[in-house]
Amino acid sequence: MTALRPTRILLSLWLLGLLHAAVLLAGFVAPYPYAEQHREYPYAPPSRVHWWDAEGHFHARPFVYGLAPDAASGGYREDPAQLYPIRFLVRAGSREAGPLDFPRRLFGVDAPGVLFLLGSDGYGRDVFSRLLYGGQVSLLTGILAAALSLSLGLAIGTAAGFFGGWLDTVLMRGGELVMALPWLYLLLAVRALLPLNISTVQAFLLLIAIIGGVGWVRPSRLVRGVVLAARESGFVEAARGFGAGDGYLIRRHILPTTLPVVWTQASVLIPQYILAEVALSFLGLGVGQPVPSWGNMLAEARQYHALLNYPWLLAPGLAAVPILLGYLALADALSEGTSG
Amino acid sequence: MTYLARRLAHGLLLVLAVSLLSFAFARLAPGDYYSELRSDPRISGSTIEGLRQHAGLRGSWPAQYAAWAASLARGDFGYSLAYQGPVAPILWQRARATLLLTGTATFFAWMLALPLGVWNAVERGTWKDTAARAALAVLIFVPDVLLALLFLLLAVRTGWFPTGGMRSAGSESLGGTRPAADIAWHLALPAAVLVLGMLPVLVRHVRSSMAGSLDAPFGQAARAQGISLRRRLFHHLLPAALNPLIALAGISLGTLLSASLLVEVVMGWPGLGPLFLDAVMARDGAVVLAVVMLSAMFLVLGNLLADLLLYAVDPRIRLK
Repeated sequence: MTALRPTRILLSLWLLGLLHAAVLLAGFVAPYPYAEQHREYPYAPPSRVHWWDAEGHFHARPFVYGLAPDAASGGYREDPAQLYPIRFLVRAGSREAGPLDFPRRLFGVDAPGVLFLLGSDGYGRDVFSRLLYGGQVSLLTGILAAALSLSLGLAIGTAAGFFGGWLDTVLMRGGELVMALPWLYLLLAVRALLPLNISTVQAFLLLIAIIGGVGWVRPSRLVRGVVLAARESGFVEAARGFGAGDGYLIRRHILPTTLPVVWTQASVLIPQYILAEVALSFLGLGVGQPVPSWGNMLAEARQYHALLNYPWLLAPGLAAVPILLGYLALADALSEGTSG
Repeated sequence: MTYLARRLAHGLLLVLAVSLLSFAFARLAPGDYYSELRSDPRISGSTIEGLRQHAGLRGSWPAQYAAWAASLARGDFGYSLAYQGPVAPILWQRARATLLLTGTATFFAWMLALPLGVWNAVERGTWKDTAARAALAVLIFVPDVLLALLFLLLAVRTGWFPTGGMRSAGSESLGGTRPAADIAWHLALPAAVLVLGMLPVLVRHVRSSMAGSLDAPFGQAARAQGISLRRRLFHHLLPAALNPLIALAGISLGTLLSASLLVEVVMGWPGLGPLFLDAVMARDGAVVLAVVMLSAMFLVLGNLLADLLLYAVDPRIRLK
């Protein structure tokens, strides 16, 4: 298995890179801006993409039919009279365009037609587009919160391990206090201390601060272990013997030894924090409408009637699956080298 | 015995520290239950101040903490402003539901994980092991929320299972074992979600722990003496492999309670999760504090229980 390790790391990095690029470039890849509503098509099912038309003619350019309300089922049926070919690099409509949106979209259909690859929600917003934009919130929260946790964990773990004594005791006991609550209970309790009705940007920053600020204990313990071992090692003793100060020792000798732990922890924490964001936004304590996140999109699927009749609203939950797969495969491959 | 006494003292100190900290933070928080009333023009500022005074939200912090701690010790867990009564009756009812759910899930998860993990360890390196591990790994990639929603969809689609709650209306008046069966029927889906969430991690640990003791010299010796595989596995190897697993059970309690909170909210199980969420939304500080304290106590108790089990299983600890 060891021979395969670099391959596995590379493969998971490619998968993650691809997924993150699609999400990051939502302003280009998504056919619609996240807030664009098609009020005439609430809860439209995923559009069927055709190559052959009703008369059996083949079209080199795939197309979708127009949608017409279907009185019998209460849903929609395809109208064979209206045919909208899918075009690439289409000029985006100026409606609702945000600062992150590109002047051209990767693909789309001409105006009266609609293209909902994963259906639409109750306001007629495209679930596929919202899923990509929502990924920006969810993934960014995960990554930034993990960066915060790791910085705190690195600082606290290094201080505790390197200086030892009462500082070590105080910091590690403090960590035990944080770990004395189940993490979701802790997140909710901290969230409960803060105002509930805040702007989207504030909510986003707050999520990062809470999720990242609460999660420093595990990385700090791991870092502390590595630092303890490094402090007693020969090269540190030697450097100290040559008159190296604490700051120099930590910077040049101690911190580099903690890097493998930090990278492995990053690949473990990011998916965990993405899930934390999903959970908090799902419970209504995260980023609010109309800005999408995977959590608040899933919350729309909570009503029985929506769940029963419009199961495509579960798509944001499925979107998390390949992301988790990528990160956990990466964590597995990374930790194999360090723990043997 | 000193080992257990030390663990107990440690747990008590931890709970005390959590109570102090959470109380301090709750008092630091901007706004309380009454700040929502301020937007109502019919209620004057002085009325609100009076209400605050009445509810004990004025006065010095040590005095407030003492009053609250006394209420904790009496078992009242404070006074809920939203429910207009002591928190304890609601809290215990919800805590029972959460314990029933997490306890059932833990039991079934271990009952499945032990044989599966042992079997995986015996077959390790073969295609059967690889296939079983791949199948379980898929479960890790599915978020708990999605799993709960999918099971809910199953319940709504088929009608085989109830779509929420803990009892059917009027089931308590039925005689015999019918009320218990009704609860079990409501319990099935939420517990299944929790079991599936726990299973991959448990199986992985059982497998690696068992693989270690299969390779150990005493495992090889038992094999050389011609002891049958089944007897070796369950009489010799599993007890030796149990140590890290008991520790795992203690550690994973926090994850279990967190997953349970989500599942309870999604599937309408009347446990601590929905109570906590509602209290957070309504700024009902007493209930929030009570649930925080109770969940900390659960964790500390669970870890103590794991320590006790370790003490019983591993003679080396008794000598320390």
